[in-house]
Amino acid sequence: MAVPKVCGIETEYGILVRGAENNPVTASALLINAYTGAVHDKVAFDLIAEDPRRDARSPDPLDPYEFDPELEYVPVNAVLTNGARYYVDHAHPEMSTPEVRSPLESVIWDRAGEEIVRESIDAAQRLVPDGAELLVHKNNSDGKGNSYGCHENYLVDRSLPFGKVTTAVMAHFVTRQIFAGSGKVGCEFPGMSSDAVEYQISQRADFFEEEVGLETTVRRPIVNTRDEPHCDASRYRRLHVITGDANMSEVATFLKVASTAMLLSAVEDNPDLKMPALASPVRAITQVSHDPTLATSVQAFDGTTIRAIDVQWQLFEIAKNWFEQTGGEAVGEADCALALKHWERILSGLEHDPRTVADSVDWVAKHRLISAYAERHQLGPSSAALRAIDLQYHDMRRVKGLAGRCGLLTIATDEQVSRAKTSPPETTRAFFRGRCIERFRNEVLAANWDSMVFDLGADPLRRVPMDDPLRGTAELVANVIDNSATAKELVAALAEPNE
Amino acid sequence: MPDRIQRKMPERQSEETIESDLVESGGSVTDDLDDLLDEIDEILEENAEDFVRSYVQKGGQ
Repeated sequence: MAVPKVCGIETEYGILVRGAENNPVTASALLINAYTGAVHDKVAFDLIAEDPRRDARSPDPLDPYEFDPELEYVPVNAVLTNGARYYVDHAHPEMSTPEVRSPLESVIWDRAGEEIVRESIDAAQRLVPDGAELLVHKNNSDGKGNSYGCHENYLVDRSLPFGKVTTAVMAHFVTRQIFAGSGKVGCEFPGMSSDAVEYQISQRADFFEEEVGLETTVRRPIVNTRDEPHCDASRYRRLHVITGDANMSEVATFLKVASTAMLLSAVEDNPDLKMPALASPVRAITQVSHDPTLATSVQAFDGTTIRAIDVQWQLFEIAKNWFEQTGGEAVGEADCALALKHWERILSGLEHDPRTVADSVDWVAKHRLISAYAERHQLGPSSAALRAIDLQYHDMRRVKGLAGRCGLLTIATDEQVSRAKTSPPETTRAFFRGRCIERFRNEVLAANWDSMVFDLGADPLRRVPMDDPLRGTAELVANVIDNSATAKELVAALAEPNE
Repeated sequence: MPDRIQRKMPERQSEETIESDLVESGGSVTDDLDDLLDEIDEILEENAEDFVRSYVQKGGQ
């Protein structure tokens, strides 16, 4: 049975210092510290429960001794009052949205994350040496074979076997790029020259080497098996999705999340549902990406060939049927209805004239700019100016960013985004996390996805578990937080029966 | 949130109304592309070749 599709987006931003030493780790730390220092004191994120090496394919996925937890060093790691985690991951600033309950909310908090990054740039720019400049891009590759991710996470019923999860999403992850790809000038596929492809659909497709696997930084798999639910592992999985591009288009983010959430829900409700299957997903993901005419057919599992858009039409029908049969409660009725409208509109547009969806699909919007600019200045396909436009589409500075000038549709209001910079979503445990940090900042020692640690003074440290992503909501805890003058009172109140 | 919203469509399509609890706005891709190209000429990184060459990231997740 479909569980509520709690979801979240983690974006690793590209970062560059010009005119001074370019160390991406210190630049990322500067960026985040400039924000947390400027806005408020930070609360540390606590890594005790992290175990990114646990594999969903393990015979006993709950065996804590299967892998040694190997914790990476994280130099800056803050939890914000909106429930998000803002930290340095590898050599990138990363924003993980709070857990949200709907695709629209994922757009709102992803956009709030962008605004926080913009404020961070402004604050950090005052701290870099004169003449130096800090650049941050919401993209996924540098055009030179280095990629960094925009990951999504979805709550999935633990009783659904992982093989069924894979079946539910594999063909979608290969083909959803036709509406969720962010576009890229050139090619980064290993062994191919940079100009072997003039323009491709996805930022990320060149970097996948396995169908299913645990890695995220090398030999990247289309379906990632990291089994780290950050909640009650006997009831839930967290599907960690690493194939996606970071989107500038709100509609693309919305549809990427909504379509994936609907398909997962459809398979949870009917594990025997027949899903489209491809013969060679790894080969297909680049074949699809390398053909912006969308004409390429890929091998289906049954021996026939099929275009990505036809796979998407099949998946659209599956999602639509599921919505009509169930009312879409696991994802949200209004979100499903809007997503199906956009899905149908965009597939129809792509089928007949992709330019008609330049208001919704990043790779189309970017392609339109690049084609027109090349025509105006008589530029060849591998011109540096076109590659600069590609990068600048994702530039987070308002004065420089091109995506914001392309007339993209918005679905989150300015008020929603502005509020989400500091306020948590109300319908997940992120509410408890964010509101506690706002109210009891000096008494919160550390926060994690599934617990908070309070320092109550003389007493031992108190860890409050948050095993259920659907508890800790405003409905359940707003009063008890608001009525507690101190964290000590809060912890005592939470310990009482019937809170 | 309003029950009915107006969504601006490109001029070649007729304006339509989508019934939804969710709000959409913006979307004006048919604004003169020439103006946008003029703007790109103004704000594009000055030395595109150097900029593109210097844009090197470390691999992440």
